[in-house]
Amino acid sequence: MGPWQLAWRRFRRHRLALASAALLALLIAAAILAPQLQSVLGVDPNAVDLLARLEPPSPAHPLGTDDLGRDVLARLLDGARVSLFVGLTAALASAVIGTFVGLIAGYYGGRFDALLMRTTDTVIALPLLPLLIVLAAVDPAKLGVPEAIARSEYLSLYRVIAIVALVGWTTVARLVRGSTLTVREREFVRAARALGSGPGRIMATHILPNVASPVIVATTLSAGNVILFESVLSFLGLGIQPPIASWGNMLTNAQELIWEAPSLAVYPGLLIFLTVIALNFLGDGLQDALDPRSGADGR
Amino acid sequence: MIRFMAGRLMQMATILLLMSLLVYVLIGLMPGDPIDLMISANPDLTPADAERLKALHGLDRPLLERYWLWLSLALGGDLGYSRLHARPVLDVLLPALGNTVVLMGAAFLLSVAISLPAGIFAALRPASWVDYLVNLACFAGISVPPFWLALMLITLFSVILGILPASAVSTAPDPSFWDRLRHLAMPVATLGLLSAGGVTRYVRASMRETLRQDFVRTAAAKGVGRARLVLNHALPNALVPVITILALDVGALFSGALITEIMFAYPGMGKLLFDAIMGNDYNLALVGLLFATLVTLVCNLGADIGYAALDPRVTFAAVRDRG
Repeated sequence: MGPWQLAWRRFRRHRLALASAALLALLIAAAILAPQLQSVLGVDPNAVDLLARLEPPSPAHPLGTDDLGRDVLARLLDGARVSLFVGLTAALASAVIGTFVGLIAGYYGGRFDALLMRTTDTVIALPLLPLLIVLAAVDPAKLGVPEAIARSEYLSLYRVIAIVALVGWTTVARLVRGSTLTVREREFVRAARALGSGPGRIMATHILPNVASPVIVATTLSAGNVILFESVLSFLGLGIQPPIASWGNMLTNAQELIWEAPSLAVYPGLLIFLTVIALNFLGDGLQDALDPRSGADGR
Repeated sequence: MIRFMAGRLMQMATILLLMSLLVYVLIGLMPGDPIDLMISANPDLTPADAERLKALHGLDRPLLERYWLWLSLALGGDLGYSRLHARPVLDVLLPALGNTVVLMGAAFLLSVAISLPAGIFAALRPASWVDYLVNLACFAGISVPPFWLALMLITLFSVILGILPASAVSTAPDPSFWDRLRHLAMPVATLGLLSAGGVTRYVRASMRETLRQDFVRTAAAKGVGRARLVLNHALPNALVPVITILALDVGALFSGALITEIMFAYPGMGKLLFDAIMGNDYNLALVGLLFATLVTLVCNLGADIGYAALDPRVTFAAVRDRG
């Protein structure tokens, strides 16, 4: 039996992780099929109807309408597209940066390594949210970003991804560095070096496959954190900008409307919560499956 | 010890310096500048006036030169004025810092009061339904969006049950202690519950690790009672790593406090900082962020000192190398 099959057997035993994977698959499918689902249901996420504000659930609007009379279910589907896209892209971007930095730091060691460890220590300890808020408030036009992009409707999307990836890479970098340090001394790496392989080749073909497990686990866990950060920034009005719907910015007005329409605050938050907890369970399950020793006291 | 402290203080100063430069540059990149604000406040200003004002306030000089000027003034004790509050920055910051310390302290106590029993209990009965439930609650705690938790608490306790006020500040002219407590209940609960999830996981993991160690087995073999074994022998050892992690978490706790303060209109550092950034109060935002960073760094240093003090195996040299 191959290592992946063994991992799969261990993963299957983690029932919560299995259920989480199913839930995430469902959410991703709903996000991908959002336009189709919306047309089947006959709802439009951006159709404003001020005569139908804050309506309770009805056949025309299965989850009711928001303060501008827009269909809540249709906006939740749109929000799923944005929130999942931002979460997965930013997590992948952090993983790529983190793997690259971690590999080089672990392989070469020395000054660069010391600098990396200091930086990650500092980033982990800092109060990140205020810093993210400052970053989100920066005017991209002043940074020299081309006007076409700086004024684009999707700017807020790219900006959130960039900001979150900028602070998210440190966890992966530390993990990869740690694994690289041990793999670097293994016989097959020494053999490759003795046979004349260059550092680039050794890192790419010999070390990278052996540090894949921690990268996969850390990326899954950080996707959850990324979605949380995105939702907080969007909620505060600094992340995804309306009229694009995200689960976070759907809650921006919820606090003012809480006396009129308390149920409006429930759905978007519940979806963020379920997505993040599913990603955390999935990461936990993957850790047990891929790295059984570290998860010795897991369930 | 002296060498350790000197090294750490140098490190802290370096981080603060880098932070101040970074934030100064970032704030310079935010939309608008003080002159734009003056123009919007007084439409009679001509572009020529604006140029003169820019020269007068030194805004036509390069960014680094302005930063250097700010730094030398700040190091001389002049932290400048807050634009929104029209008072010296420190006069605005210090009361807010006090409020945040109260909020974070109370939330921290609540979090520990939940995490210690829950974590110990779960560690004593691995794979039982208690352990399972605690684990589930922990994952919920680390996965819940902070602002949504606040919204749900407000919905439940203010809108549906109507027993708690939705804002952190009393509207009564001379609020009684009980009244203040009622207003603080939900903010403290929000922040405490947010942090309890992570802390419980640390306590549980550390306790399980300790219970497996030889000295615990020896004590059990010598006939030490179960309660005494857990509380007197295992717990103090299990808590040492937990304390370090708690102190490292202060930064995250501050981020949580920022959201909690915004949600409940609590007059603390987080809300002040947010309003300053949103309201173009550059000076207050800059100094406030540095203050928050300083507090976090001091807590981290405290953790390292505490770690070395609690665990005789750890020397300051080891802590230094680790850090």
